[in-house]
Amino acid sequence: MSVEITSPAFKQNVAHALDDVNLQTALAKVGPGFISRRLGAADKMPEFEALRDSARDIKNHTLAHLDLYMERFEAKVKEMGGHVHFAVDAAEARDIVTDICRRLGAKTVTKGKTMISEEIGLNDHLAARGIEPVETDLGEYLIQIRGEAPSHIIAPAIHLTKDQVEADFRRVHADLPPERDLSEPTSLLAEARGKLRQRFLAADVGVTGANFLVAETGTSIIVTNEGNGDLTQTLPKAHVVLASIEKLVPTLEDVSQLLRVLARSATGQEMSVYTTFSTGPRRAGDADGPGEYHVVILDNGRSGMLAGQLREMLRCIRCGACMNHCPVYHAIGGHAYGWVYPGPMGAVLTPSLIGIEKGANLPNASTFCGRCEEVCPVRIPLPKLMRHWREKEFERHLTPAPQRYGLGVWGFFARRGWLYRPATRLAMGALALLGRTRGRFSSLPLAGGWTKYRDFPAPEGDTFQAQWRKRKERETLARAEAAAARGDAA
Amino acid sequence: MHPASPTETDAGKTPRVGLFCTCLVDTLRPSVGFAAAKLLEEAGCEVDVPRQTCCGQPAFNSGDRATSRALAEQVIVAFEGYDYVVAPSGSCAGMIKAHYPELFVGDPDWMGRVDRFCAKVFELVSFLVDVRGVARVAAAYEGTVTYHDSCSGLRELGVKRQPRALLATVDGLSLVEMGEADTCCGFGGTFCVKYPQVSDAIVGKKADHIDATGAGTLLAGDLGCLMNMAGKLQRRGSPVRARHVAEVLAGMGDGPAIGEPAPSGKA
Ligand code: SF4
Repeated sequence: MSVEITSPAFKQNVAHALDDVNLQTALAKVGPGFISRRLGAADKMPEFEALRDSARDIKNHTLAHLDLYMERFEAKVKEMGGHVHFAVDAAEARDIVTDICRRLGAKTVTKGKTMISEEIGLNDHLAARGIEPVETDLGEYLIQIRGEAPSHIIAPAIHLTKDQVEADFRRVHADLPPERDLSEPTSLLAEARGKLRQRFLAADVGVTGANFLVAETGTSIIVTNEGNGDLTQTLPKAHVVLASIEKLVPTLEDVSQLLRVLARSATGQEMSVYTTFSTGPRRAGDADGPGEYHVVILDNGRSGMLAGQLREMLRCIRCGACMNHCPVYHAIGGHAYGWVYPGPMGAVLTPSLIGIEKGANLPNASTFCGRCEEVCPVRIPLPKLMRHWREKEFERHLTPAPQRYGLGVWGFFARRGWLYRPATRLAMGALALLGRTRGRFSSLPLAGGWTKYRDFPAPEGDTFQAQWRKRKERETLARAEAAAARGDAA
Repeated sequence: MHPASPTETDAGKTPRVGLFCTCLVDTLRPSVGFAAAKLLEEAGCEVDVPRQTCCGQPAFNSGDRATSRALAEQVIVAFEGYDYVVAPSGSCAGMIKAHYPELFVGDPDWMGRVDRFCAKVFELVSFLVDVRGVARVAAAYEGTVTYHDSCSGLRELGVKRQPRALLATVDGLSLVEMGEADTCCGFGGTFCVKYPQVSDAIVGKKADHIDATGAGTLLAGDLGCLMNMAGKLQRRGSPVRARHVAEVLAGMGDGPAIGEPAPSGKA
């Protein structure tokens, strides 16, 4: 909910996450579930890999001509009676939304799922100005009543167990009869829906995110599984769409291609349950719809990414597959990343938005196993982009001193084979001697990070290169002797 | 994944292979190097081990491009005379094959040379199967093993079916698959010492999957991952023993496993 940045304290966050029994229980289900569902959906579609290529190409094309599509989109929205607002940073975006709310005398604002709202810290900002934000996505609602931030970009409350949710409902919903059974997810959903129905009707402004902005038609599109987005945007006086610049797509045809990879990559569904298209405010004769339609397009540092290597990150369609397949995310969950965007996509995007000084841990905390890149529907080379950040960090001498020093010493030797080989022989000889009884070490100087958790094998003895050369010498000698012996005999 | 390219090696001619032994094998477990050499010789190759240090991956993944580039040049100069360059590691072979070209982008003096070089670099087991057409090995190993797919080999080089195909021909060996064999073990090179707690959590889950198979031996194609998993298994008192897959395929699986003492304490 807030935009407090704890990424610099990543290691403390990790320790906390690993000790959190509820979190670990919740996380245990994340990997296997998402992974098998995505695989099932991909396997059922022979053209899935080709679709990923075309999804990548559509986004690349859009980013290459972003200014044109932005203009087209703005013109179309105006033509349909709506408004487009460009926000350079979070503060501007917040002010735009607040102004709309104030002008309409809004007391409550319903919200469909939007990560941009998290990025700009909208809820706290509105609340401080006497406007109550009400999250209507079940997951978002849950974390709102807990005063937490989302821990996943499509499943914001994935860090919670069912028991925690039940306890929260009983705590917050004062009129909930104690005997009401809340043991099933469906009963939890029904309970939340009952509470939210009144809020939908009373809301003055509805704020949603957007999965896509269509330049051709001036349409914003959201996909949800709960249908809360529809009520959020049609019932109030005004619908405000929060989106960032990379959500643009040229045509509805392009969107239909992207939708085919989005849900399959995200949840393994062929399509999300609701795909909602919004174009302009209610027209004369429409049965319902908002009186005003606003699109706030946020930059917040993204246009700076367009020029360099990180541009590829702007292809992201926020499916969450990279975190669903990430061993680090599976181990620590989303909050440990310390800001709005977790997992591999966050490890690349966060330093762009909050600065590498604060975000340095994130691109470093990856094993580079490559599974995120393997599943990303728009083929973002996430490890390569994380490495890009490591390079920036190294260039600017931000790499932590022990690591930089260790690397320097190692690099010095590795670049000088004539020193490296005798040095490794000596070191290995000594270590082999020390470790010969047990064959391994349970503590080693300078290797505490390793030996705190695992044993380290003792070297077998002399290095391979030295042994190989000795063997070759012996063979040459033996051949010479054999030849000499033959010569004698002749 | 990479079919045989009979470029310099005319059929019938014995290909000369430069064995890139990798830093970890060189320093900690030379027996893997000898196993690799044996397998290559049995596959009709002439093996040589030119003087070498490291492929540069630790520098590359730490953002130190200058050192990575210097080491890459060193490797290319030392190895480009061979018909093939083979490493008993998907991680080091992947570093060279998939990432060296990035280090020379925009340098016309090197680009073509680097591409030609990378085309002849292979991970050991996939080289044996895909390039040399090896379909079986003459080896025996009594017992049940489980195989971990190391990330770089799997995702950068397509190493998955080749080790399983050859293991299926080892006398007395039966393979039982672990759950999530293709999930990272948490090693990640410098990652495991930079973020030891996260690494430990990941390798802990891996060790659970390994133990759950009931296999007596864990195999993999990368010594880094193996040391990580073996170290964790040993720390928690698991009886599972860990070996590089080349040791078993070469019929050299009777020595001490990773982290075990040599018999009678001889180093
Ligand atoms: S980076 Fe790729 S996998 Fe991750 S959320 Fe974005 S589109 Fe999905």
